Amino acid sequence: MPMNAQGRPSAPGSAKQPEIPTISGDRGLDHEEALIFELGREGVTGVDIPDVQVSDKRLGNSRRRGRIGLPGLSEPEVVRHYVRLSRMNYAIDSGLYPLGSCTMKHNPRLNEKMARLPGFGDVHPLQPQQTVQGALQLISELMRWLTTLTGMPAVAMSPKAGAHGELCGLLTIRAALEARGEKRTRILVPSSAHGTNPATAALCGFRVDEVPATEDGHVDADALEAKLGPDVAAIMLTNPNTCGLFEPRVKEMADAVHAVGGYFYCDGANFNAIAGRVKPGDLGVDAMHINLHKTFSTPHGGGGPGAGPVVLSAALAPYAPLPLLLQDGDRLRLIEERGALPAEAKPFGRMCAFHGQMGMFVRALAYMLSHGADGIRQASEDAVLSANFILASLKDAMSAPFGDGPCMHEALFDDSFLEGTGVTTLDFAKAMIDEGYHPMTMYFPLVVHGAMLIEPTESESKESLDRFIHVLRALAKEANAGKRERFEGAPHYAPRHRLDETAAARKPILRWRRPDLPQAAE
Amino acid sequence: MRYLPLTGDDRAAMLAKIGAPNIDALFRDVPSAAVVSRSAFDLPDTQGELEVERGLSRIAARNVAAGSVPFFCGAGAYRHHVPAAVDHLIQRSEFLTSYTPYQPEIAQGTLQYLFEFQTQVALLTGMEVANASLYDGSTATAEAVLMAQRLTKRPKAVLSGGLHPHYAETVETLASLSGEVVRAPITPGKAEDFAAQIDNQTACVVVQSPDAFGLIRDLRPIAEAAHAKGALLIAVVTEVVSLGLLEPPGHQGADIVAAEGQSIGNGLNFGGPYVGLFATREKFIRQMPGRLSGETVDANGKRGFVLTLSTREQHIRREKATSNICTNSGLCCLAFTIHLSLLGEEGFVRLARANHARASALADRLSNIKGVELVTPNFFNEFTIRLPKPATSIVDALADKRIIAGVPAPRLWPQERDLRDLLIVAATETASDEDCDALVKALSEVL
Repeated sequence: MPMNAQGRPSAPGSAKQPEIPTISGDRGLDHEEALIFELGREGVTGVDIPDVQVSDKRLGNSRRRGRIGLPGLSEPEVVRHYVRLSRMNYAIDSGLYPLGSCTMKHNPRLNEKMARLPGFGDVHPLQPQQTVQGALQLISELMRWLTTLTGMPAVAMSPKAGAHGELCGLLTIRAALEARGEKRTRILVPSSAHGTNPATAALCGFRVDEVPATEDGHVDADALEAKLGPDVAAIMLTNPNTCGLFEPRVKEMADAVHAVGGYFYCDGANFNAIAGRVKPGDLGVDAMHINLHKTFSTPHGGGGPGAGPVVLSAALAPYAPLPLLLQDGDRLRLIEERGALPAEAKPFGRMCAFHGQMGMFVRALAYMLSHGADGIRQASEDAVLSANFILASLKDAMSAPFGDGPCMHEALFDDSFLEGTGVTTLDFAKAMIDEGYHPMTMYFPLVVHGAMLIEPTESESKESLDRFIHVLRALAKEANAGKRERFEGAPHYAPRHRLDETAAARKPILRWRRPDLPQAAE
Repeated sequence: MRYLPLTGDDRAAMLAKIGAPNIDALFRDVPSAAVVSRSAFDLPDTQGELEVERGLSRIAARNVAAGSVPFFCGAGAYRHHVPAAVDHLIQRSEFLTSYTPYQPEIAQGTLQYLFEFQTQVALLTGMEVANASLYDGSTATAEAVLMAQRLTKRPKAVLSGGLHPHYAETVETLASLSGEVVRAPITPGKAEDFAAQIDNQTACVVVQSPDAFGLIRDLRPIAEAAHAKGALLIAVVTEVVSLGLLEPPGHQGADIVAAEGQSIGNGLNFGGPYVGLFATREKFIRQMPGRLSGETVDANGKRGFVLTLSTREQHIRREKATSNICTNSGLCCLAFTIHLSLLGEEGFVRLARANHARASALADRLSNIKGVELVTPNFFNEFTIRLPKPATSIVDALADKRIIAGVPAPRLWPQERDLRDLLIVAATETASDEDCDALVKALSEVL
């Protein structure tokens, strides 16, 4: 056996080791971790705070009587607990994350550092405005970038996510229609749309009328135009669409809805394909949300927080929600109430408390300044190039429902290449986990059977893409060769095997309860 | 460009594989009228990290950071000390740069902390179940009203006059789409009588405690009045630290609790991102909006967690979903969960007591100043005083002396002339003795 300088073995004795269960249940670096409630005990804390006694004098009769039931842990215990949990997660920083529709691009750490500057992170939303002119300047600067890149005259900054932006856009449209004395009831939504589109339209009291897709993955523009009428408030299109394609007839559809007095809401989730190359304002868009957490790299954070500012056309701009930001001499002024509005403003109301996701604004602006207009254009081109490279490299091994492309920043495949193999889209995706990859978006868009939507983004090197392509080709080949063991029950090498989602939904356990207490609701 | 790994050679090789002559060929579906040139934007070109940092730091320096001055603003956002471990842990790549945990086998870290978060929120609010968070307290309140409208099939929401006005306006935006919103009169420092406004068309009564003036409300009589007419009580909490000292809304008859969780783990951030807490009774879970992490087992029988009850959600139900929301406030809930785990029962209760003690002492001192009157007899860490002059001008005058004295009521209720002289003052554990001395001295001088 070879020895190193310390005289210890430096190579494994044998390549194949028997599977030996461990005593602890942990496996090397893979630690099992209990719930925080199972770890703590009474009388311990990880924060030292002086013990001050207070009287009931100013608490009315509302003083808490019982214990809360929180566990006590020291700082090292808490740190270890959450570090161990973190190691059970996949992340962009550790691997390619090809989730279509989600734009999992690199999150620069400079952005995190900037958001934590005390002048941004430690500023209260209701401080006197003369003490937050820098914060208002930052918002104003971000507004300039967003309106310039989209070619739209105005932007509402307060929406907190994409779906919140959709809500903002549709409420703006509703207000504009009301101002015209019209009550229109119908919104046209393609069958390929994100689920949030019909959900938002329904929330706003509109009836959702579904527009079919054509065989080549586009919105059926003829069907859409046939459905137009004086009761149509708006069309909601995603462009590039959820099949990863640019809608070639988008301008025609915009003109058609305008001709019947309706508006064009564009879901901006896929702006990363065209930012810096196409201005949505040139396509006839009236309102479009921009997911700062997609296109402009603010971190997804395990599912939020995001930010969804909405750019608006001149026709809709007056109805933007409060607050508004105005230049007032050499100062910026935040208008938070109807009493102080400029003449043309007729805001429909307020989306949320305060002024929006400032922490995300700082990160997004840091991204924009770093890239510059030229870098943003290059990023979009690289994202589209990478998706087309994947499509071109996999179309013979997998099946691309809409032919040879080109696609935009997402490559869409269906499950026809798995037909007769007994392997499903789900199995295929779970086998990718064993290969060290996060699966692509599965079973969306709904218009394609067994859909697999791959969005590599601009953040991957060619070597990384080559390796990914190699693995997917090999998996497709094995599935077609009838080697099902790799797929059945995958993943085999993740912190957990497949989880029983049916049981979780049938009898939901949504919180921990002390095992020594009755399990019924208190 | 430092974030883009592809080289010119890579791009050429990839185009060759694709069989496209140039990048423009990939954009062939874009109408030519919509294609813009490289120089179409009046925006700067790429910059190095040093330049970006320099530029943004200059903008940040134009703000008065709360920690650099005596600081007493609250009104829905509170400055607390966040232990260093919190911010370190939430910046772990595996938390920061992961997506929604749709692949549970490789997202147990996120799913488990969401489960812990849900448990913590349920315990704090005294409710049976909680979701994995909404955007913030105001949107959580609006979603609570929509849920009450669905549950009761009634249109009307009655809002307390002590509800934070931004919350009330957010509720009006959403809830008036499917019903009607009635706002009760504003009664600073006093409980209000709702009985007359609750009828058999009322879906819910929305009451904030401590309210927007800082007053602690007794929710029990309101719950009784609401329940007597078949309406639900929605309790709103904008300062969750208060729950370390006060009886939780769930023990006072609340049916839904909507709260702002920013105080625990999250900085002021000029108003966002924050984290909306949402808790309710077990029997209502299928009408509850937002994501849920639930316990289950994997194929080997090991405990694990998954997103569950997603048949309520938009990606499955589309236009029939309970809500259009498709995100939560993941990283902010993580900060909340870690901070609360560090505090534990003992630390959290001590923190609450320290806040109340500090505010009580400051209220005593301020109300001893000639012409100043304490408006809120009961409060937690925030109270309202009546000044002998308009509050906005006093706050501006103190800001010139680099003291941020609080939120003048006209900032929140600009149309209410009666509130012109009211100042809302919050004192958390971060207000030092010197800060309080400075406020008392400066206020005495300007009055």
